Amino acid sequence: MNGAQDLGGMMGFGPITIEHDEPWFHAEWERRAFGLTLAMGATGSWNIDMSRHARESLPPGEYLTSSYYEIWTKGVEKLVVAAGLVSGEELTCGQSLVGSAPIKRVLKPEDVPAVLARGGPTERPIEQPARFAVGDRVRTRNLNPQGHTRLPRYARGRTGVVELVHGAHVFPDANAHGQGEQPQWLYTICFSGWELWGEQADPTVSVSIDAWENYLESA
Amino acid sequence: MGKDHHHDHDDHSHLSEIELRVRALESILVEKGYVDPAAIDALVETYEVKVGPRNGAKVVAKAWSDPAYREWLRTDATAAIAALGFIGRQGEHMVAVENTPDEHNMVVCTLCSCYPWPVLGLPPVWYKSAPYRSRAVLDPRGVLAEFGVHLPKTSRIRVWDSTAEVRYLVIPMRPEGTEGMSEEALAELVTRDSMIGTGLARQPEAVR
Repeated sequence: MNGAQDLGGMMGFGPITIEHDEPWFHAEWERRAFGLTLAMGATGSWNIDMSRHARESLPPGEYLTSSYYEIWTKGVEKLVVAAGLVSGEELTCGQSLVGSAPIKRVLKPEDVPAVLARGGPTERPIEQPARFAVGDRVRTRNLNPQGHTRLPRYARGRTGVVELVHGAHVFPDANAHGQGEQPQWLYTICFSGWELWGEQADPTVSVSIDAWENYLESA
Repeated sequence: MGKDHHHDHDDHSHLSEIELRVRALESILVEKGYVDPAAIDALVETYEVKVGPRNGAKVVAKAWSDPAYREWLRTDATAAIAALGFIGRQGEHMVAVENTPDEHNMVVCTLCSCYPWPVLGLPPVWYKSAPYRSRAVLDPRGVLAEFGVHLPKTSRIRVWDSTAEVRYLVIPMRPEGTEGMSEEALAELVTRDSMIGTGLARQPEAVR
């Protein structure tokens, strides 16, 4: 979706603020927001693509004025309601009002190291051969889906070159909406700065995205 | 606040709206049995204490010292990094990109905050922020200047926008005058920013 998360190429946010001490967390609530997001993710009630979509579908004004872990918190709130695990009323009044809904699993502290070590690999075996090879010229499609996508606006309808072929990976545009993993080939596509930003671009710059086969056509 | 009004305020009266919101969410999830608060503690401890950019620095120092390891990193970074014990969440599919005198690599996630956790830990605030995410792809040379990195005008700059589950680790150039240094000493020269591409490795004089 063309939401506020898709920041590449925007202007006006000002200089980059670099902290001197860079604490991992800035307050206790950030620790809890981080931990409960991961712990709820481990219940298997949704996948990482649904999680990203919950965050990016915050209204643009709210997304851009919320801190990072505020966005995570709001994302979890949306996900638990959508999954039927918590009601909107319970969130509003800040307490549990009815019994629990069935849940696949609960993350136990002793299982944390193993769960993190396992991670969530997204590569899948598929039968179809890759349509493109390293060195091929490809054009990204001009897609503007209402739902989740990982094709950023600045790289739509642009011509680039296949630089890496990564194997077949879970397709987020489908997986974010409960349509299954629908794995397809994933590529690194490299564009010149000129192709992305026009003739004023720095000629020494090139930029790549990782793009699924559905995002691409031959050029 | 007068004592008469004490009943209007509970113990949380000093907390901000977001603190209350997170606290309420956690208490609902715990009460319903979906979350074990001790698991939250364990998750936080992992990323606050156990995982961080010293992991990535070991990978880089080994790549600088050991040509066979460097070649392995080039061809299968996931396996080469796993061999040092750095595996798992947000590092499931790794690619290492090497800086050269002619080309400088820099990593961003314009769409969210994708970052190689097993080797770098959690990302700094600036990496997740709108100023970096918006400009890293449009004006990387300007972004580098804000980090105090001034490359020759002829150096190519290669930006990697991590839009999928592949995570990129920049292998900075090994500083001159480091011949004969041990891997441990070399790792001291490898900064977190040099592995994102917003910095360079430190000179050996800087750590003496």
